[in-house]
Amino acid sequence: MTFDIAPATKADLIAEDPRDRGGPAQPMLIVERLKKYFPIHAGLLNRKVAEVKAVDDVSFFVLKGETLGIVGESGCGKSTLARLLMHLVAKDEGSLVLDGDPVGERRGVSLNALRRALQMVFQDSYSSLNPRLPIQESIAYGPRVQGDSAKQAKQKARDLLEQVGLRPNLYGQRYPHELSGGQKQRVNIARALALDPRLLILDEAVSALDKSVEAQVLNLLQDLKERFNLTYIFISHDLHVVQYISDRVLVMYLGQVVEIGPVDEFYRNPKHPYTKALLECRLSMDPDERVDAAPLAGDPPNPVNPPAGCRFHPRCPFAEEVCASKAPALGNVLQAGADKHLAACHMVIAGSGHTKAPTAELARA
Amino acid sequence: MADISISPTTGSLPEPAGQVRIRGYWESVWRRLRYDYVTLFCLALIILIVLSAVFAPWLTHFDPDKSSIANRLRPIGHPKYILGTDEQGRDLLTRMLWGGRISLMMGIVPVLIATLVGGMFGVVAGYYGGKVNMIIMRTMDVFFAFPSVLLAIAISGSLGGGIFNQMLTLTVVLVPPICRVAETATSQVRNMDFVDAARASGASTISIIFSHVIVNVMSPVLVYASTLVSAAILLASGLSFLGLGVQPPTADWGLMLSTLRQSIYVQPIVCAVPGLAILVTSIAFNLVSDGLRQAMDVKA
Repeated sequence: MTFDIAPATKADLIAEDPRDRGGPAQPMLIVERLKKYFPIHAGLLNRKVAEVKAVDDVSFFVLKGETLGIVGESGCGKSTLARLLMHLVAKDEGSLVLDGDPVGERRGVSLNALRRALQMVFQDSYSSLNPRLPIQESIAYGPRVQGDSAKQAKQKARDLLEQVGLRPNLYGQRYPHELSGGQKQRVNIARALALDPRLLILDEAVSALDKSVEAQVLNLLQDLKERFNLTYIFISHDLHVVQYISDRVLVMYLGQVVEIGPVDEFYRNPKHPYTKALLECRLSMDPDERVDAAPLAGDPPNPVNPPAGCRFHPRCPFAEEVCASKAPALGNVLQAGADKHLAACHMVIAGSGHTKAPTAELARA
Repeated sequence: MADISISPTTGSLPEPAGQVRIRGYWESVWRRLRYDYVTLFCLALIILIVLSAVFAPWLTHFDPDKSSIANRLRPIGHPKYILGTDEQGRDLLTRMLWGGRISLMMGIVPVLIATLVGGMFGVVAGYYGGKVNMIIMRTMDVFFAFPSVLLAIAISGSLGGGIFNQMLTLTVVLVPPICRVAETATSQVRNMDFVDAARASGASTISIIFSHVIVNVMSPVLVYASTLVSAAILLASGLSFLGLGVQPPTADWGLMLSTLRQSIYVQPIVCAVPGLAILVTSIAFNLVSDGLRQAMDVKA
């Protein structure tokens, strides 16, 4: 018999949360086959001539209490994905399951409940705060909308300002243009927390800040995560930051997930050539290890007409015939456990026909 | 032992007790306006003109509409008639004061109504976009197709004269430009992230429009509307001058200019008085709106 007196684990924390419905093993959010195509209208009759496949068949899940990092180049659909999750943009296809309850369906959670459980911190700290409202009122607006009295909402806003490290007496009545970028981003975080969310989507939340402030805000985020028992989806193009904050990392390319895996495994042993290229782009602290040539040439292809087969093959140094004809499958992300490292590349799929693909036996071993 | 706790996230010292007062928006607008002497002077002038029009019955003892053939076209500085008399022997100062009532009302009331109506249409068009925007803005474009003076003449010609019809005409003419300004401002605000953040908090469209959109659209619309006051006074005067607005013997600056026109060779300076009043009032409104625009710029 052993007496385990370890500090409270994640599972304990989750079990203590009165908002919890599905238990610690139930993922906070399951995203299944999410699609969003933006139509392009042109011509005299304004007919639909093409579609931008901004998010194309994306599936993943986020466990309770974890931080899922989402990385990718500009225009790969990261922000659209965030807006889809927040229901700010209507999805074309796919489903969301929040803590075991389907979103927006009968017997599932309502949109309003989703909005309370899911909040977002926007990238542009300038345009994400109303320039004509004192920040305290900006924060109090959400609780007011959700039915708090003016006094309760104000108190909540002041408490949250305190929590994000801004003195409410000093800053509460200020207008956004009187704050620095880092302070504004703190206000944005407080505003997102005002509805007591369980999952916070951070869309490039620290990307616009300078490095010292970025570190402060990252520490604040880590701190708040424990204090409020939060789950994060952290969208960024900065791989260093993602490595620091994430438990798992998901890579997007042209609206699709190309690789997903636990953070250590992901950084030690990237599988997809796109991920490898991204990791090589990181600047090293060692001047002897300069990046001389860009590991990745050219712009990402046009998402209106993505390349056939693997979408990365025109830029991939290992592309072979099979890559141009057949799209590699990522595998069943939703069935695989959180510790699995998956990549949508013919080089890791056994028997795919790529010369570098492992043989069937090797793959099984 | 001093008990000073330092916040782990900011490394800052505990806050001072009590609320630090930060200036509100209108307070900071006033602070900037306070040193803008031109705007303040014009504002004082407008207040003076408005007050003198409002209190006209108590400022003079003449009847503005009672003519006297014996006292026609007295010069300025006449011992009894300070500003002289018009072509029917009515005291010009009295008629200027009474006429100011009509002219100022023509400048302010249609602009107020048009700001409400045009602003509402503009905000709705800008916020909803798509088909709603197309229907509203294309309708406004029909009005834009005509020069505003021509449109005013056409409307008031078909409606007939009278104060009410003239105000209606001016309102119709002023709605499209205000609507356009409101629509542009709204569609800019609409794409800002804070509107998305408000939507993400579950707020209704009405709530978002009232708490987030209107406060941001208000200052460009108000500034633009204030420039229209002088335009409306000029337009109203023009309509009266053409005989399409206020009917004689009612005093109105435009109408007075029109009827005194025939006497220009007899008493040129007396004839110029109503025109001068129109000029000064519209310049004052224009300068005030210019000053307001500068003072209301948030980032200044």
